[in-house]
Amino acid sequence: MTALLRAEAITKRFGPTLALDALDLEIGQGEFFALLGGSGSGKSTLLRIIAGFETPDSGRLLLDGTDIAATPPWARPVNMMFQSYALFPHMTVADNVAYGLRRAGVKKAEAASRIAAALAMVGLAGFERRRPHQLSGGQKQRVALARSLVMRPRLLLLDEPLGALDAGLRERTGFELRALQRETGAAFVMVTHDQEEALALADRVALLDGGRIAQVGPPREIYERPASRFVARFLGAANVLEGRAAQDRFDCPDAGISCAGAIPADTVAIALRPERIRIAAAGEGPNTARGIVQDVAFRGDDSLVLVDLGGGATLRVAHPEEGGPPPDRGADVTLCWEAADVVPLPS
Amino acid sequence: MTRGRFVRAALMAGLLFLWLPILLLVAYAFSADRIPFQWGGFSLRWFSALAANERLVEAALLSLRIAAGAATLAVLIGGAAGWALARFGPFRGRGVFGALIGAPLVLPEVVTGLSLLLLFVALETATGWPQGRDVLTVLLAHATLGAAFVAVVIQARLAETDRSLEEAAMDLGATPFTAFRTVTLPLIAPALAAGWLLAFTLSLDDVVIASFVSGPSGTTLPMALFAMLRLGLTPEVNALGAVIVLGVGAMLAVAALLLRPRRG
Repeated sequence: MTALLRAEAITKRFGPTLALDALDLEIGQGEFFALLGGSGSGKSTLLRIIAGFETPDSGRLLLDGTDIAATPPWARPVNMMFQSYALFPHMTVADNVAYGLRRAGVKKAEAASRIAAALAMVGLAGFERRRPHQLSGGQKQRVALARSLVMRPRLLLLDEPLGALDAGLRERTGFELRALQRETGAAFVMVTHDQEEALALADRVALLDGGRIAQVGPPREIYERPASRFVARFLGAANVLEGRAAQDRFDCPDAGISCAGAIPADTVAIALRPERIRIAAAGEGPNTARGIVQDVAFRGDDSLVLVDLGGGATLRVAHPEEGGPPPDRGADVTLCWEAADVVPLPS
Repeated sequence: MTRGRFVRAALMAGLLFLWLPILLLVAYAFSADRIPFQWGGFSLRWFSALAANERLVEAALLSLRIAAGAATLAVLIGGAAGWALARFGPFRGRGVFGALIGAPLVLPEVVTGLSLLLLFVALETATGWPQGRDVLTVLLAHATLGAAFVAVVIQARLAETDRSLEEAAMDLGATPFTAFRTVTLPLIAPALAAGWLLAFTLSLDDVVIASFVSGPSGTTLPMALFAMLRLGLTPEVNALGAVIVLGVGAMLAVAALLLRPRRG
């Protein structure tokens, strides 16, 4: 992977708050990258630093090997789609899309064909004369995309691109974003707080926590192999069990269970995905647990079963529809899982 | 429907209370009688008498000139202040600055007038400028008052204008100045125009501040009217009042139109 953008030890403070803490990051050519994190994780600050609206206190930001940390936003070959879309309300759709080309001094004829192509690409041909207030939320988002893409950026930044859309529109727009990204070959960097959005859209995801990267990697990898308790909890709400590592074993005294498998000595907790736990008729020994069903929630293709293991520990179990009806509330159940599904967490 | 009827009655009473005196003034402007508050049949004679009254016409023209100058100055100063309040973030002394900018809105005009008079006198003693009190001092005083109104209007407009619009412009290659010229300025232009009209109207109305800071060559229309009152009223004043009501009413209507909440 050739790096398009490299962030080296980027640090940014706002007063007493440390927004970014010596953060390192590499984004490849034509990659769809997601910056995922909760509020205050530093993801938006990082995006604004890449766009040029904030200057890092220290560290380097290299685009194609050139340090652009001090380059003002209007001189960067980077464009951004704002969360509010930030369409100019006093201009038509065509004038909005033309704005950047006009600033760049692109000739009228060329600009006209590029504007038409950009609007066609987002499916808004024929909307040239409309004003932003005459558009629906989804259409505004497309105009904002066209306005950025018409500049042919090497790197497009998207701030919560699906955040303001209805649930029904999100999935479709997500697929369209990926298609646009493949078509243009630009690198897309998306900021989101929604882990499903990040996992579904991105080639790679960086999960931020407190101004640092908690884990970075392809969606499947960070989902299947979280590197820490924070990552395991943030992504898809895995069961995280605290305990002690022993020889090829991990003991959770609170839950009264023990997991066998390849457990490194520095393991402080384990993660167990709800969909990897089965409800069995009976069982004994390692990688099993007994508990009382606390509650059952039907979710369509499966049911979420909360099982109280005693000692304050609860396991979330996803019981598939094919597995027959879920147990009743108050039932005494035995749970089991494969040794390979136990994810040791070093921190 | 008792509630609906009560609301309507209250509205009518309020409107009457506000508008009855003004309606009477306008009606009497068309009265032929010499006594300003006695009906003597319909006539336009007082309008032609007004047009022939050189002192009043001159004062009116002077007032219009002062109002235009003061409003323009107020838009420049107040616009900059409103911009600073809305966009410079939490700078040191922001709260104090905001309160001070708004002070002329709540201070009695007598206080504003007196303080400006003191300032002008002190300035003249110290620097020799401004020489005496005349048109210029009235204009400056009115600009001070108007700037406070303009600052409030502009700040409110900018506060409802998404800041990321300016960032989007810069992201697309506009320098901060170009972003201001092509995005911010067109968006706040209606507020600037409305602020100008407000300042213009304020200046046209003012008699208190002008009385303090004006000199012999700076008799504005309200001051001339006030002087006439002491010598006894003629129906010309009614006619003038009718003209002013019409003019100011039209201007306020335009300002209200410009400040309408924006769509989209």
